[in-house]
Amino acid sequence: MNGTAVYDIAGRQSHVALTIRRIISYIVLIILACICLFPFIYLAVYTTRSHSAIQQSFSLIPSNYFLKNFISVITDPTRNILRGMLNSLIVAVFATFLSVYFAGFTAYGIHVYDFRGKKTAYTFILLIMMVPTQVSALGFVDMIYNWGLMSTFWPLIIPAIAAPAIMFFMKQYMEASLPLEIVEAARIDGCNEFMIFNRIITPILKPAFAVQAIFAFVANWNNYFLPQLILDKPETQTLPVLIQQLRAADYSQFDMGKLYMFIALSILPVVIVYLILSKFIIRGVTLGAVKG
Amino acid sequence: MATAVNRPAPSLVGTNTKTRPRRHKSISYEKWGYFFIAPFFIVYAVASLYPLLTTFTYGFFERYQVLGQDMHNEFIGFENFRQLFSTPDVAKFAGNTFLIWVVGFIPQIFLSLLLASWFTDLRLKLKGTGFFKVVIYLPNVIMAAAMSFLFWALFGDTGPINQMIAERTGSIFQFMVSIPATRLIISGINFLMWFGNTSIMLMAAINGIDTSLYEAASIDGANSRQTFWKITMPLIRPILLYVIVTSLIGGLQMFDIPNIMTRGAGGTDRTSMTLVMYLNNFLSGTRDYGMAGALSIILFIVGGILSLIVFYGMRDKDAAAEAKKKRALRRNRGVI
Repeated sequence: MNGTAVYDIAGRQSHVALTIRRIISYIVLIILACICLFPFIYLAVYTTRSHSAIQQSFSLIPSNYFLKNFISVITDPTRNILRGMLNSLIVAVFATFLSVYFAGFTAYGIHVYDFRGKKTAYTFILLIMMVPTQVSALGFVDMIYNWGLMSTFWPLIIPAIAAPAIMFFMKQYMEASLPLEIVEAARIDGCNEFMIFNRIITPILKPAFAVQAIFAFVANWNNYFLPQLILDKPETQTLPVLIQQLRAADYSQFDMGKLYMFIALSILPVVIVYLILSKFIIRGVTLGAVKG
Repeated sequence: MATAVNRPAPSLVGTNTKTRPRRHKSISYEKWGYFFIAPFFIVYAVASLYPLLTTFTYGFFERYQVLGQDMHNEFIGFENFRQLFSTPDVAKFAGNTFLIWVVGFIPQIFLSLLLASWFTDLRLKLKGTGFFKVVIYLPNVIMAAAMSFLFWALFGDTGPINQMIAERTGSIFQFMVSIPATRLIISGINFLMWFGNTSIMLMAAINGIDTSLYEAASIDGANSRQTFWKITMPLIRPILLYVIVTSLIGGLQMFDIPNIMTRGAGGTDRTSMTLVMYLNNFLSGTRDYGMAGALSIILFIVGGILSLIVFYGMRDKDAAAEAKKKRALRRNRGVI
């Protein structure tokens, strides 16, 4: 083996060059992993430190104030994190259920039936997929205000029924794995169309529902733009809105250990879901986006 | 894409129902399609389309609120647009948005291409790719509001970074006052949150390439740089375009991170104020519906153009070529 010759006669890389490339790759990957994990390690350590220790110096050695910080966060009446978590959970769970169920429902209608205007309907859904929610926010907030629905969860839950991106994904999934013979067979057995979808089709779509439900849940849990416009009353505010208020308030008055604990608790549910389902989630990242 | 599936011609089934079917089987089910797509379209019409239209009409009216009271409500044509462009604000905020996006995106796309090519390199055979994928994607699922709050705490005047700076120099560096520092931190968070996602997308694109192409190139003596530029890059171009334009659309909507980071004020001299933050200030502060409407129309047009690029760029090359051929054929027929 000649260490100086990077390529042999056939032009293939020698073992040495390959080993060097491999070492460089690992070094870069380890650095990136550290960068990605640093915010979480920092956050986790700082939830265990006292306010005065945090103000004094930087440290990544855990201290023993975790329980104290935890209790002072959950017992704070002005920014009620438990209420915020409950609000976030209600919005995210219902919005996720509706968006996934009705995306399947709509995709089924377009996939199975040959009705007039079907192609137009599908093209329309593809076209609206990328219209940003912000551009209709003015009219939406105005409408919600006029209907007296400000500071309620309805404006954040009901619109989830029309989720074009999820619908597009469900349609693609059906094209790949929903044979129409199943529908025919169910008809012969005397099911009506609505029952066929609920009893026979939804179990087949379970894997697709699961992937999209995770992404929809995360998106709803993290959603900030619309909730901050609609949720005026403190008792209805979701976690991102509460975090905005923490940032807007005078932080010099705050116990920093408590603040870090607040942030940690608000991302914890998603982190747990992610760590349990990470393989599944990473496989799902590319599914809906890349056109087959 | 939306090709009809193989099934008996619907028109036949339809005629059967008209001639009083004796057999249950020949009932037309096709109308049920409307039942299934109805909820989506009704909700879309009420929750998105109608608000979109009212937003657009407000763009041509003078309407704002003072102390919760509607002031004025009259048609003023393009006056809002004129007013919007009479100050350098829109151009400035568009510039901020683009700058913050591009500074985060350029390193992101290069790094993602590099990572994707490493992860899919058959000769490199990296171990632990599953672990690295999980780690680099993690920031993407975290609430942007929490992420920016955390970075503000990290870089704030009394935060850990400044504690370390103070130990060495005796004074602090005000990251939230420095214009480039504030912008760079926002770009950095965008980068951190999205490079994993982009890497995984590009990995999937590269994995979709027929491996025999790489084998053939290797037999022909191509090295890994040559295979990357001559095989991988041309074949992942459509997905690369998709990634770039969807990121640009995301960048146009940038709001959560700079809004939390700068308390909605846009930092020093509003140099980190994005377009959507500007819109948000009209919506929640002065409730100037006319200006908000005009700004929404501009955002819609820009977003629409970007979306159309994706829509047409992502079409099958074959389908696009066929459509072109058909058009050419039609033209020729017209000439003859």
